[in-house]
Amino acid sequence: MSLWNNYGMNRRHFMQHMATAAATVPAMNFLSHLQANADVVKSKQKACILMWMGGGPPTIDIWDLKPGSKNGGEFKPIDTAAPGVQISEHMPETAKMFGDLSLVRSMSTREADHGRGRYYMQTSYVPNPTVVHPTFGSVVSYELGKNRKALEIPAFVSVDGGAGQAGFLGMTHAPFVVDNTGRIRNAPTEEGKARLGARLTMLDEIESGFIKSGRGELPKAHQDVYLNAKNLMTSRQMAAFDVAKADAGLGLEAESQVTKDAYGTNGFGQGLLMARRLVQVGVPFVEVNMGGWDLHAGVFDTLKNQRLPQLDKGISAITADLKQRGMLENTVLVWMGEFGRTPRINQDVGRDHWAASWSVMMGGGGLKNGQAVGATDKDGVQIADGSKAYLPGDIWATVAMAMGIPVSTVHTSKRGRPMKLANGGTPIQELIG
Amino acid sequence: MQSGRSFFRLFGSLGLVLTLAGFDSHLSADEAQKSEEATVAAAGAEVPLGEFIDQQIRQGWQDNEIEASASASDEEWVRRIYLDLLGRIPTMEEARKFLADESPRKRSVLTEELLEHEDYVRNFTTVWSNNCIGRGAPQRVSRTGMEKFFREAFARNRPWNEIVVDIVTASGHYEENGAVNYTLAQLQNADEGVQLTAMTARLFLGLQVQCTQCHNHPFNKWQQDQFWEYNSFFRQVGKIDHRKLDPNTGRMVDDYSEVVWQEFSGPVYYEKRSGVMQVAYPRFQGLEVDPGVGVDRRVEFGKLITQPVDGAPAQIAQAMVNRTWSHFFGYGFTRPVDDMGPHNPASHPDLLERLSREFVAANYDVKELVRWIVSSEAYGLTSQYNDKNKIDDPGAGEVPLFSHMYLKSMQAEQMYDSLIVASNAHKSGRGGWGAQEEQRRRWMQQFVVAFENDENDESTTFNGTIPQALMMMNSELMDKACSVERGSFLFESMSSPGNEAQKIQELYLAALSRNPTKTEIGKVQKMLKNYGNQRLMGYQDLFWALLNSNEFVFIH
Repeated sequence: MSLWNNYGMNRRHFMQHMATAAATVPAMNFLSHLQANADVVKSKQKACILMWMGGGPPTIDIWDLKPGSKNGGEFKPIDTAAPGVQISEHMPETAKMFGDLSLVRSMSTREADHGRGRYYMQTSYVPNPTVVHPTFGSVVSYELGKNRKALEIPAFVSVDGGAGQAGFLGMTHAPFVVDNTGRIRNAPTEEGKARLGARLTMLDEIESGFIKSGRGELPKAHQDVYLNAKNLMTSRQMAAFDVAKADAGLGLEAESQVTKDAYGTNGFGQGLLMARRLVQVGVPFVEVNMGGWDLHAGVFDTLKNQRLPQLDKGISAITADLKQRGMLENTVLVWMGEFGRTPRINQDVGRDHWAASWSVMMGGGGLKNGQAVGATDKDGVQIADGSKAYLPGDIWATVAMAMGIPVSTVHTSKRGRPMKLANGGTPIQELIG
Repeated sequence: MQSGRSFFRLFGSLGLVLTLAGFDSHLSADEAQKSEEATVAAAGAEVPLGEFIDQQIRQGWQDNEIEASASASDEEWVRRIYLDLLGRIPTMEEARKFLADESPRKRSVLTEELLEHEDYVRNFTTVWSNNCIGRGAPQRVSRTGMEKFFREAFARNRPWNEIVVDIVTASGHYEENGAVNYTLAQLQNADEGVQLTAMTARLFLGLQVQCTQCHNHPFNKWQQDQFWEYNSFFRQVGKIDHRKLDPNTGRMVDDYSEVVWQEFSGPVYYEKRSGVMQVAYPRFQGLEVDPGVGVDRRVEFGKLITQPVDGAPAQIAQAMVNRTWSHFFGYGFTRPVDDMGPHNPASHPDLLERLSREFVAANYDVKELVRWIVSSEAYGLTSQYNDKNKIDDPGAGEVPLFSHMYLKSMQAEQMYDSLIVASNAHKSGRGGWGAQEEQRRRWMQQFVVAFENDENDESTTFNGTIPQALMMMNSELMDKACSVERGSFLFESMSSPGNEAQKIQELYLAALSRNPTKTEIGKVQKMLKNYGNQRLMGYQDLFWALLNSNEFVFIH
C-alpha cells in the first residue's frame, strides 16, 4: 500500500511525499496554496477516465518501439520511470510518470474497420445485428451511477465523443456528450429555469397516457431522459464542466492559466482537465476523445509535430494532477483506440489499420503499475512467443475489478439473453497483482 | 456457356428483343415480341402485388403464432403518413380536413396528394442527400449541388436506375452537375478510391465489402480480389479543386471542385496479407470489362449494376426496396439494411424478391414502390401492441414481423420542420428553398459529430439523449414555437373565437394531430386554473408540454 492510499493526508505528509516524489513530478504542481494547506479529504469514489484515440493510434511509434527492425520507423525509445520499460522519445513527460502507468503490449483484436473496431474495443463484443451492446461507460453508469445519490449530472460523460451507445441498458445510461469547452448547449435561461417546474408538471401529466398506451419501452425512456436533463440543468455540479468556475463546496476552483497550460491548451488537454473536475464531483466514467490518428500518410511528421506533444502533455498532466490530489488510486486511466497500425510503413510513409498486435495503456486505479505486460515480436507483426494475447474484454474486466464492479456480473439483453460483463473477459493478472 | 451468360447480362438492359436476337438469329423480332408478351401474361397469373404483400406478411404472423394489432386510427395514420412522406407533421388544417373526410378511400386519396406535394420532394431530397454526403460538411462538397440533383430527380420521379447511374458515373462542376458531390464526399482521402468503392457497394447495392479490402470476407462470398476488381472501376476518377483570386484580399481562396476523368488502364495492384502483390482487373459479378485504354470504366459499371444477378432482380433494385421498406417501418428485411447477401438472410425473402422484380418491371418508379408499401395492410396498423404480438419487438433484437407499427424517433430534420409547422412559422414566409435549407442546415450542425477517419463516419447527438432534450426544452427554436407574437400559432389561436375546451383542442391538433379525450381536456383545464389571470402563460406552457411530449417526438 502506498502512501497515496491515505486520503486523510495532512500538509506535512503531503509535503514529505512531494519531496520523495520530486524525481517523478518535478515541474507540475496542481494544488493551489489554499488546497495544499487544507486537509485533503477525498471520497473514495471510483472512477475511470478513458482516453479514446479515434482513428487508431500507431502504438508501434508510441509504446512499443522496434529499433533495428525494418518496421521501426523514425523514433528512438527512451527509458521511463518504470525499470526496463521504454517508450517513444516524443513522450518524455509521460515517461517520468510510468511509476503510475502500465502498458499492455499484446492486444490482438481482429477488427480493423473503424466502426467495428470502435464497437469491439468499447463494448468487448463484436457487432451483432440483433443486439446493441452497451459501451463500457454505460455499464459503469448502470452499475455505479445508481448508488451515487448525490450525483445530479450524468454518470457517463463523453468529451468530444458521440459514438457510444447504452444499448440494452437503456437511454438513461447513454453518454452525455459535451465539447471540450464545457459549454452546455441549450442550457436554460433564468426565465426558462423559473418556468421549468410548471412546464414539467404539465408534461408529466400529458405524456403519461402515451406511456400507458402499450407502445413498448420508448415512451417511458423519453420521460426518464427528461428527468436526467432536468436534474442536470438545475444542479450546481454543472460547475464541473466550466473550468473557469469555482465552487468551494464541491472542491472546485477556477483553473489557473498555469494548470490549463500544463494540460495543454488543446481540445484533448482541456477535455482531460474537465474530466478531472467531473471525477471530483463524483462522475464515475469520463471519456475524453482525441482524433486525427488515422495516419495512412506522413505518420512521423504528424506524430512528432502534432499528436505526441499534445498527448504527452495531457497524459502526464492528468496523472500528476490526480496523484497530487490523492485521486489517482481510485481513478483508473485507460488509453486506447479502435486498433493499432501496420508495422509495415506504406509508400506514403503512413501506417494502415492493424489489429493483430498492438498496445493499450492503463494507469492509476490501484493497479500494479510501472510495467509492460505482454510483448510483440521483433518486427511488431505478431504477439511474441510465450506472450498471452489480450482482448478488449480483458482490459475492461481489469477496469471493472479496479472499480469494484464484480467481474461475474451478468446483464440481460432485451431478448432475455444473458450478457456477461466485458464479454466474460479476465482481469489481467500482472496488473491486479 | 459462360460467355452466353455474360452476354445476356451485359445487354439485358437493351431489352429482350436484342438479347434474343443475339442468341437465336432465326427468331424474328415479332416472335421475340410474342415471347415477351407471354412472359408478361405469366406474370399476370401471379397473385396481384398488393395481395401478395399482405399474404407474405400474414404468413409471418401465422408461422410465429401471433396476431396483428388493430388498424391505426385516422389520427394516428395521418400524422404517420405526413411524417414518413413529407418529413413533417400535418398542419392543423391538414389534419382537420383529413379527419373530417368521410370517404372510405380517403387514405389512398391523401397518399396520392402527398406524393405530389412539394414537401415530398424536399423530404426525400434530405434523406438521400444525407445518405450520399452525410450531414456534416465534408471538404469541397456542395450540399446545394447534391440537393439540387435530388430535388430534380424526385420532382420528376426519375427512374431509380437512372438516378443511380447518374450518380456513379457523374463528372463535372459540383454545382452544375450536383450528382458529382456523392463522389467528392467519398474522395476526402487520397485512398485510391477505397472509400468510394465501399460506399457505393453499401449504399446502392446493399453490400458490405469494406473489410474485404484487406482480407476475404469472413462470412460471405466476397473475396479480397473482388474488392480490388470492383475498386478498379473507380480509378479513373479524378478531382480538381479550383482556386480563385479574392479581389478584396488579394489572396487565393477556394472556388468550385469538379470530378474529371483521368487516364487509367490495366490492372490495379494490391497486397495480400502475406505481403505478396496481386493484380485485379475491372470485373463485376463475374462480368469483365475491357481494361484497355480509352474505356470509361464508370460508364461500364453503370451498365453492369442494372443487370439481374443469377436470375434475381438487379442488386440496386433489391437494395432500394429494402431501404425504402425500412424508411416506412423502421426496419427492413435485413439488419442492417445495407448488409444483404447469403450470410444475412432476409426476413421475408419472397416478398423482397417480388417487390424488387416489380420495381424493375415498373421501370424503377420510386413513387410506385412507395405506394405499394404504404397501402399495405401492415403499414396501416396501429403502433399499439396487443396481447398476441408482444414478441414482435425488433427493438429487443427479434426479427420484425410487422404485426404492428414500430415507433420511430423523428430525425433532426423532421423535428425542425415539424416545429416550424406546429408554430405557423411556415406561413410567415420562410424565404425560398435555399434560405430554408440554409437555416435548417445551420441548426443541424449542433447535432453532428464527425469522426475524422477514412470512412467519413459521423454520428448524431440527436438520438433521444440529454442534448436533444435540452434543445427541446430550452432552445430558441422552441421559444419561437411557443411565442405569442403576432402571426404565431398561439397568437392566432388565442385571438380567434372559441371557449377554453376549443382552444385546448386546437393545441392538441396542432401538436399531436389529434383531438384530446374528454379526460385530457378536464385534466388540462384543472392545470390551467393554477395560472389564474395569467392564462396565456398557461397555454404557452401547455403547448410547450405538448411539443416536448413523447407522443410528439415519436413517429407512431
